[in-house]
Amino acid sequence: MTAPVDLGLPGLAGVPTTDVKQTKKDFTSDQEVRWCPGCGDYAVLAAVQGFLPDLGLARENIVFVSGIGCSSRFPYYMNTYGMHSIHGRAPAIATGLASSRPDLSVWVITGDGDALSIGGNHLIHALRRNVNLTILLFNNRIYGLTKGQYSPTSEQGKITKSTPMGSLESPFNPVSLALGAEATFVARTIDSDRQHLTSVLSAAAAHRGTSLVEIYQNCNIFNDGAFEILKNRDSRDEVLIRLEHGEPVRFGADGQHGVRRNPSTGSLEVCAGDDPGVVVHDATADDPTQAFALSRLADPGTLARSPIGIFRQVERPAYGDLMAAQLDEAAAKQGEGDLQALLRGKDTWTVA
Amino acid sequence: MTVKHVRELDRVVIRFAGDSGDGMQLTGDRFTAETASFGNDLSTLPNFPAEIRAPAGTLPGVSSFQLHFANYDILTPGDAPDVLVAMNPAALKANLPDVPKGATIIVDTGDFTPRALKKVGWETNPLEDNSLSAYKVHALDLSGITMEALAPFDLSRKDASRSKNMFALGLLSWMYGRSIDGTVTFLREKFAARETIRDANIAALKAGWNYGETTEEFSVSYQVKPAAMPAGTYRNITGNLALSYGLVAAAHQSRLPLFLGSYPITPASDILHELSKHKRFAVRTFQAEDEVAAIGAALGASFGGALGVTTTSGPGVALKGETVGLAVSLELPLVIVDVQRGGPSTGLPTKTEQADLLQVIYGRNGESPVPVVAASSPSDCFHAAIEAVRIAVTYRTPVFLLSDGYLANGSEPWQVPDVDSLPTIDPNFATEPNHDGDGTGEREFWPYLRDAETLARPWALPGTPGLEHRIGGIEKLDGPGTISYDPNNHDHMVRLRQAKIDGIAGIPDLEVEDPGSEARLLVLGWGSTYGPIGAAVRRARKAGHHVAQAHLRHLNPMPANTGDVLRSYDRVLVPEMNLGQLALLLRGKYLVDIVGYNRVRGLPFKAEELADVIMEEVGAL
Repeated sequence: MTAPVDLGLPGLAGVPTTDVKQTKKDFTSDQEVRWCPGCGDYAVLAAVQGFLPDLGLARENIVFVSGIGCSSRFPYYMNTYGMHSIHGRAPAIATGLASSRPDLSVWVITGDGDALSIGGNHLIHALRRNVNLTILLFNNRIYGLTKGQYSPTSEQGKITKSTPMGSLESPFNPVSLALGAEATFVARTIDSDRQHLTSVLSAAAAHRGTSLVEIYQNCNIFNDGAFEILKNRDSRDEVLIRLEHGEPVRFGADGQHGVRRNPSTGSLEVCAGDDPGVVVHDATADDPTQAFALSRLADPGTLARSPIGIFRQVERPAYGDLMAAQLDEAAAKQGEGDLQALLRGKDTWTVA
Repeated sequence: MTVKHVRELDRVVIRFAGDSGDGMQLTGDRFTAETASFGNDLSTLPNFPAEIRAPAGTLPGVSSFQLHFANYDILTPGDAPDVLVAMNPAALKANLPDVPKGATIIVDTGDFTPRALKKVGWETNPLEDNSLSAYKVHALDLSGITMEALAPFDLSRKDASRSKNMFALGLLSWMYGRSIDGTVTFLREKFAARETIRDANIAALKAGWNYGETTEEFSVSYQVKPAAMPAGTYRNITGNLALSYGLVAAAHQSRLPLFLGSYPITPASDILHELSKHKRFAVRTFQAEDEVAAIGAALGASFGGALGVTTTSGPGVALKGETVGLAVSLELPLVIVDVQRGGPSTGLPTKTEQADLLQVIYGRNGESPVPVVAASSPSDCFHAAIEAVRIAVTYRTPVFLLSDGYLANGSEPWQVPDVDSLPTIDPNFATEPNHDGDGTGEREFWPYLRDAETLARPWALPGTPGLEHRIGGIEKLDGPGTISYDPNNHDHMVRLRQAKIDGIAGIPDLEVEDPGSEARLLVLGWGSTYGPIGAAVRRARKAGHHVAQAHLRHLNPMPANTGDVLRSYDRVLVPEMNLGQLALLLRGKYLVDIVGYNRVRGLPFKAEELADVIMEEVGAL
């Protein structure tokens, strides 16, 4: 048994803060940003640079780790510590860093190909372990840096350079995947909604353990308009479900649609907004069943009925905290390590 | 009571063999421990199947443990057993080809049933058909005698017969004058929670001893006096244990917290197990989801200022390759331990080989130089680990540390070093900006501004104000470390990274042992062939031949005098447990011809076979 961990610790406990007032400029590196003009990544970068000063953390204690792909260039543009690593491996690298340095705020920047294809294994295991990381998954449903092949989140039938007759594969729903991987914090937001993006990022950073934030991000070169129905003023109210903890799940311009549980199947379905069975969203529920059902509402092709917001936010000891507790426990029980005694061992003999 | 004679011997090789469930490794370990504390020099060779419990009584299921002990310094676990202890027909059949005529065979007849004999392809019982007449055979019903001795205990037949290994250990301990006190203590601790099992095992052990002492079956016992060894405190140690201790010691000597990222793989897993026990030394062990995550986490920890280490075997090295390349590009300290086994692919997981040399030197994309250090004996794994860490930390580079299945599981006495005598390693973290900004008058931090002497870049840890920087796998501009696709800069950086590794200081010259300086043949080895080559060279010299011997610990870069040494002999013989990987490197680097001797049998070389090869080569000169 390990010593109990104080579950009240938020995600940034242990990270030094500063009294010096910070601005967005403090977090902007001297590197020229080289994403395509019009790329959704710019909005996310601006949101992160704009919101980090609010946290008041010592800048030198923030680290951005990324994999490979367009979004993974992100760390170069942040005036913090950063590592642009290799394809898919950022969660693994960040796991080593975060679990050995509790005084750091560690962020992982990844994309749908990076996190869900080549790095799928690392992603699910980081979530399962609940390493204290904030993972921003830029989902543009396409491979951008390799110039336009379908990705693991592309809709079935997608015509791309590598699938001229349409892709054959069913897409991953990243939120469903994360919930299935025992994630303690799962949220979804949209690149163009600065306010929503910032509020989700704040909650993610404050969460202790792995926070996964899926960001619907437009690739205007290879998959332009992939999230248009969720963004367009004319269509979005009818298809976008904004989740608020403790509130009934309703959508539509006047809240005329709701979501209720189908008593015979147990799954969720759309109903009238005034239906007495409209479910109340509880992100803190121990049981992830309803959060999972909410994640399944979206049409995997068109994304109609996509919920955004925080699906799940529960407390479970973070991996690095448990690891540190075992080290402390060992030192408390057995005393600090004595190297000479270790090398000597128990069975020795002496030659005079 | 019969009169017992004691005969004195210089050296003995004993092999315990049985089913993989018979506890032969434990029996061997215990005999080794008693032999070590008695003061003999020794060397061991465990040999077991990859399957945890292969079908009982079959040839593939045979597990063995060979121990060589002597009253002088020895170098190998011995070519052939003087005594074979075979616990069933399969063990006898599998090991008989290795047993020289005239040797002693102690056989447990308990399982010599027609069915068991048939299982291993014997039509008749070799104990009865005279086919073993060239050996001194003691055919004893060890299982039956053990069960009789354990009759007072409330044990099933099966449980009682499981103690037959302790009976055999007791008997052999009597034969060679070993104490059984240590094993009694060991059993008390091991089975503290299970009293009956504990007492039954101790009773079986003592019954074995008494059996030798009192029955007429054995009229002679043997004495092998302690070896003369340099004064000091000794313990017996396996390669994996020594390597683990070396890593803990190196972390201690560099004041870095050790972070091990590892994925279970034979024969390296015991390092993960061992390091997991040392949390009070602030050792963090992370059992990753795969080999790639294991090295990734270690590299991430290194970025944060830990001593990042990953342990694996050849197949794991293949998976880690891309991350090693990243570490080369990031120029961060990292130690990758490769406990080599038979390959390719899954190959021979529990057997030894040294065929990963080219993989660790060249197995990555691009020009990706990585230092390589190879341990030469089980206890040498300790010092090799410290050397690997020294290079990694001083030069901000991944380093491969090579061991192999033989070193990992084999053991030998080790003179416990005084911690104060160990080298210290200075991480020399960056604390301040290191460069004048362009016309701003402000100092700034360039992560790739190198130390003029070592060419190492600064190691600046997150948390250090003013040194915020970004590093990555993309080529970077010399100095500032920002992304650069400039052709000349890339050419320059590739050469810089190579020059940094080529210029690693503190690598001692290759020492040649050439008594009399008359040798025209040099025998050069690397890694675990040190023992067999040394023993073979001794034999050749005893036979009147002049032979020089040298052994490479640093495979990349090699000692500065390597070329001169090679060129000063008429012939260079390089025995390797691969098809000539070092030979290929030496030919390419030094334009010297090499005579290879190559076997990949999953077992260490035998001294006799190498001695024959050496004498043949000397004769041909």
